[in-house]
Amino acid sequence: MHCIVTGGNVKVLAKAVHSLSRIGDELYVEPQEDGLALRSVNSSRSAYACFLFAPLFFSRYSTTSGDNFRCKMAIKSVQSVFRSLTTLEKTVEKCHIDLDKQKDRLTFTLHCKHGLLKTHNLSFQDSESLQAVFDKDSYANVFKAQPRLLVDTVIHFPPSLEEVTVSVSDERMWVRNHVEEEAEASKAMLTELCLASDEFDHFAAQAHNSVTFCLKELRGLLVFAESTGLPVSMYLDEPGSPVVLSVTDSVLEGNFVLATLSDDPSLRKNSSKGAHTAAPPPPDDFMNDDMDSYLIAMDTSIAPGPSNTGPPPPSLADDTRSKRPAAVSHKARILIEEAEEEEEETDDLDRLPNKKFRSLFFGSVLPPSSQLSTQPMTSQEVLASDSEEET
Amino acid sequence: MKFRGKIIDIACLNHFTRVVTTISKLTKMCVLRLTPDNLFFVLSGKVANGGVSMWCELSQANFFDEYQMEGVSSEDNEICLEVTPENLSRALKTVQNAKAVKVKLTKKHCPCLTIAAELPTLSSVSRVVTHDVPVDVIPRRLWHEFKEPSMPDFDVSIYLPPLKTMKNIVDRMKNLSNFLVIEANLNGEMNLKIETDLVSVTTHFRDLGNPPWGDDASQDGGPSQSRDPESMVEARVDIRRLQQFLMGQQVNPSKAMCNIVHQSVLHLILLHEDMSLQYFIPAVA
Repeated sequence: MHCIVTGGNVKVLAKAVHSLSRIGDELYVEPQEDGLALRSVNSSRSAYACFLFAPLFFSRYSTTSGDNFRCKMAIKSVQSVFRSLTTLEKTVEKCHIDLDKQKDRLTFTLHCKHGLLKTHNLSFQDSESLQAVFDKDSYANVFKAQPRLLVDTVIHFPPSLEEVTVSVSDERMWVRNHVEEEAEASKAMLTELCLASDEFDHFAAQAHNSVTFCLKELRGLLVFAESTGLPVSMYLDEPGSPVVLSVTDSVLEGNFVLATLSDDPSLRKNSSKGAHTAAPPPPDDFMNDDMDSYLIAMDTSIAPGPSNTGPPPPSLADDTRSKRPAAVSHKARILIEEAEEEEEETDDLDRLPNKKFRSLFFGSVLPPSSQLSTQPMTSQEVLASDSEEET
Repeated sequence: MKFRGKIIDIACLNHFTRVVTTISKLTKMCVLRLTPDNLFFVLSGKVANGGVSMWCELSQANFFDEYQMEGVSSEDNEICLEVTPENLSRALKTVQNAKAVKVKLTKKHCPCLTIAAELPTLSSVSRVVTHDVPVDVIPRRLWHEFKEPSMPDFDVSIYLPPLKTMKNIVDRMKNLSNFLVIEANLNGEMNLKIETDLVSVTTHFRDLGNPPWGDDASQDGGPSQSRDPESMVEARVDIRRLQQFLMGQQVNPSKAMCNIVHQSVLHLILLHEDMSLQYFIPAVA
């Protein structure tokens, strides 16, 4: 892969990286035919973000076709390449991104003024594909607003606030902070903001839903949207179904997918993960032997999805169109875990606080290509081998 | 028990917010007393807060365009609430550009002070934000704990040097010692001293001036004639308490002074146009 970003787009790329850093600790890089995809996911798999930069975003974009290359690296390393946004703006003319497969390195070369070249060699790990499954067209409630509106809304809530509940009716949207029932409900300060539909560029509320999700992760997107001036689209469905926020322009698309609290009482009986009051194992416990019951829980907390007992079947790919996100295949899940296990020694992960009862929406979907059947095996082998420490 | 106040003027809102923010920096919890004419933020000296006490008085007419209250009863026409000023401060800070801010006593999941603000928007409908700050109602039998403190029988009263200067000095002294001695005399001289095994540091202030309390001041054998103007009285205090007081100040007061009761208590007084703040720090041995 070889691409060149010029001028103001370097700053946009940098901002996207910073924005993704608010989600997770690792940056997943996947050069695709339709552009460069940068993704991140949080440790509890309850927040996912993806920025897709079309080839036109770059002044030069070339990938070896049919390559299917994917990697991940510590996002802090990439952030250090784009550390000071003001400096970037003033001094950087171009940014070259080159892939060195022999050495497992991604090289970022900043061409600055006065002939100065700053080269950053970042080592990466091969990674599984990271892709959340969601279908924006199927959402009942769609809103679009200028970033200013959302920033002004969010400002009323303290930076430390975890969760926020958004409720919609035909003409209004309410945003209030969510207080855990077990916590000192009587002592918590409650803040509620009401927005009228005509403050939005587009307001279509077909279903009067109320969803609760994590505010912290959203702020990353808002910072990006505000600085680029792009309107933010918001897709809401029932509780349990993830909320999707996206920014789009002709050369890029950013999607933030955040899991929501599933508080449907009928779900409580079936699943432990989806339940509001059950105390599920903390996210790190993905490794433990509760995998099967966890997967069964996933199955029941999400409306009829594909069966997920076998190895990654092609039917998973077909399900990209389904309303509900596909459940994870057991094997693919394990692949993810193994990767995480290795990093724990090397990384200083700033784990996000335990998200107790998130309806997990997202799985590792293998791309629908004919080379599929061999892919998992190869990447599995790579993972099994020693991987270099992240810089 | 009812309370309803409305602030429309932006300057008043801003000022009120700064007062509340100052209070929030001085203490985590305090008592808010509401009377028909005034609001008081009170902290009664307890061992838990190192014996520090605070009394802040605001005249409601200076802040609220509308103010209605009904106390617990007609004889006790007052409301006493325990509140976390930081919550109030946070709520007020976010609505500085509001068209109007209402403060009401409400009963939601518990008694609350609800701050409801109407924010300006481009659309036809105003944006409304409400903050419900939980409060605890203080029963009448405890009201005696939150009365206005009487002026102590001080030995010296002196104007303070510029608070910023004082704060800078105290900040640096805090690195060297946990206790600071503040001494002053009737000649307008004040010293801030710290002393450790290794080092002692003193900062001298001169020509500060002494407030003319005169015979109105409620003490016997007032400070005026009987005391030698050169002789210093002192109080040794926990430096963190003094630092906390100085850190929180958001507005420059019109008058800042302190009264010292020799080796007993340091009484700091800040007077603003529409607010007065008194802070008592007990002396330690």
